[in-house]
Amino acid sequence: MTARYSFGGDDHIFVEIDEQMSLEAFFKSLSITNAVRDAQIEGVTEICPANASYQIKFDPDRISATDLLAELQQLEAAAESSDSHLKTRVIDVPVYYNDPWTRATLMRFRERHQDPTGTDLDYAARINGFDSVAAFIQAHCANPWFVTMVGFVAGLPFMFQMVDRARQIEVPKYLRPRTDTPKLTVGYGGCFSCIYSVRGAGGYQMFGITPMPIYDPEQSTSYLQDFMVFFNPGDIVKFRSINREQYDDYLIQVEQGRYEPIVRSFNFSLNAYYQNIDQYNVNIGEMLNVN
Amino acid sequence: MSIRVLGSGLATSVQDLGRPGYYHLGIPISGAMDRYALRVANMLVGNSEDAAVLETVFLGPELEFTEDAVVAVTGAQLPPKVDGVQRETWTAFSVKSGQTLSFDFLQHGARAYIAVSGGIDVPLALGSRSTYTLGALGGLAGRNLQSGDELHTGISQGKVGNTRRSVPDKFKRLPDSPACLRVIPGLYWHRLQEQSGQRFFAETWKVATEADRIGYRFRGGSPLDFVEREQPFGAGSDPSNIVDSCYPYGSIQVPGGTEPIVLHRDAVSGGGYFMLGTVISTDMDYIGQLQPNMEVQFMPVDMETALSARRDRKAMLDEVRRLVS
Repeated sequence: MTARYSFGGDDHIFVEIDEQMSLEAFFKSLSITNAVRDAQIEGVTEICPANASYQIKFDPDRISATDLLAELQQLEAAAESSDSHLKTRVIDVPVYYNDPWTRATLMRFRERHQDPTGTDLDYAARINGFDSVAAFIQAHCANPWFVTMVGFVAGLPFMFQMVDRARQIEVPKYLRPRTDTPKLTVGYGGCFSCIYSVRGAGGYQMFGITPMPIYDPEQSTSYLQDFMVFFNPGDIVKFRSINREQYDDYLIQVEQGRYEPIVRSFNFSLNAYYQNIDQYNVNIGEMLNVN
Repeated sequence: MSIRVLGSGLATSVQDLGRPGYYHLGIPISGAMDRYALRVANMLVGNSEDAAVLETVFLGPELEFTEDAVVAVTGAQLPPKVDGVQRETWTAFSVKSGQTLSFDFLQHGARAYIAVSGGIDVPLALGSRSTYTLGALGGLAGRNLQSGDELHTGISQGKVGNTRRSVPDKFKRLPDSPACLRVIPGLYWHRLQEQSGQRFFAETWKVATEADRIGYRFRGGSPLDFVEREQPFGAGSDPSNIVDSCYPYGSIQVPGGTEPIVLHRDAVSGGGYFMLGTVISTDMDYIGQLQPNMEVQFMPVDMETALSARRDRKAMLDEVRRLVS
C-alpha cells in the first residue's frame, strides 16, 4: 500500500491510500488525518478522511503546496509504524428492513433497476448467493460496520462491514440514480452500506429505514444539540432488525424527545480483530446488550 | 424587518463567503458562487466584504424596502429597477422606505449579487449565514427565498453616504464566450487513455441544463476512453467507478465517461466517480456566471499558472478596494 499523491487544483491535496477498499487502507487514512489534525499545520482548512483515501484543503496564500505535500509524506511514514488502535464508540442502529416506504419508492423507480421484477432486497440477496431475503438481512445485521467516511451530503455515513473479504456483500448501484430516496433509508452500493441523512436523489439499493435521526440542522433532537451531525469516521455501527410496532414506538420516542441511541465507548484493536473476527464481533454485539 | 419579499425570483438565497471546516462531515462550504462579485457588492455599500447578500440566478426577486438602504448589484448583468426606474449595476444606489427593488431581464452572466447596507441578517449556522438547501442549513430557514418572506438587515458597519459609487468597467468581470476554464489535470487522470485526455481539452463543451450550486454539467464532447483494468474491490463495475473518495471543490467527475460535472460551492463531498482534474480556484467564480448552452473550453495548466492567476485576482481586488474605499 503505497500512497499516491495528487494536487486537486491549487488548493487541495488528494491522497489515495489504496485503489481497493480494505480496513487497513481505512485505518491508514484515519491515522494520517488524525496526525494532520494534531499537527495543526498553518493554512490547512479542511481535513477529510475517506474510505481508502483522504483529502486536505489548504490556503495557498498561507502554505505552499509543495511544503504541505512534504509534511503529509512525513506523516504517512510515521503512520506506517503506529499500531492500529482506535478509541471509538459502538452504536446500536435499529432498522426496519423491507419497510413500506422504501418499498413504495423502489417500485416508483423500477425501470432504473437491474431487476425490475423484484425488490432491491430480492436482487441483493440473490446475487450474493443467499437462499432468502431473511438470510440476507441476517447477514447485514449480524456483524458490525465501521463508519469509513461521512459525506456525499451532510452527515451521511458510509459503512464497511467487519467481516473477511469472502463474506463482504457487494451490490451495484441503480443503473440510473433515483430522484428520490426517503430520509433515513438504509442503502447499499458497491461494498458500502449507508444511511441517507436527508431526502433526495440516490443510487444505492434500498433495504430498510431507521427511526433514529442522524442529522438535524435545527438541533432540536436531544442528542444532536451539541452538534447537528451524529456520525464520525471511525464509529462502529451495529444494525438491529426491528418490526413495524417497534419502529412506530421509536418514532413516538423521537417525537417526544425521549429517544437516546445506545452508545458505548470502545478501544478497537485491528490485531485483536484479525485474530478472531467472529468472536471479536460477538463481544462488540454484547456490549450493546439489547433485546 | 426591513425587506419584504414580494417575488422570489427563480432561486434566490442568502450567501456570504461560506462555512469552511465541515466538509469532512459532508457539509460543503456553500457561499457565493462568484465570490469576487459578492466582495465588490459589499464594498460598494460600505459593508465588510464577508457580509451576507442575496444571490439570485437568471430571474431576479422583487423586494419591498421598509427602511432606507443603500444597495448594489454586481455579477451578472441583471439591471435593477427602483419603483420601475432603472439603476446601474456595479454601482451603489439608494432605496427609500416604501420603494420596491425589481429587475429587468438578464442580459449577460447568470448570477447577480444584491448587497444591502448592513448586510442580510439571518442567524449564523456553523459560523456562516450561507444557505445550503440540500442540508436545509443556514440562510432563511435553510431554503431559497419565497414570496411573503421578511428579511432583516444588520447595522451598517461602514460609511454608507456615498451612493453612485461605482467601479470602472474593467472590474466588472464576466466570462467571455467561449469561456475558458483552466484545469490542473490530476486525481484519477491516469485512468484515461492519453488520446482521450487530449481530446477532452481539445473539444468544445456546452453547459447542460443541469447546472446549479452543487455542480455544473457539460455536454457535447466525445465519451472518454479508459485504460483497461480489473476493477479494484469495492469500486463498482463501471470503468468510471472508484472506491468512494472525497471530491475536491472544482473537481471534474465524468460518470460513465460521458458528461463532465464540475462540483461547486454546495458540492457533494464525496462519491464513487473518477475525476480527471480540478478547475483552478480563480476560475471557480466564472462557472457561477455560465448559462446553459454556453460554450466552454477546458484548458490544462500547471500549478505555477494557477498560483499566478490567484495572485492576479488578489491584486485586482486590492485595486477595487483602493478605488471604492
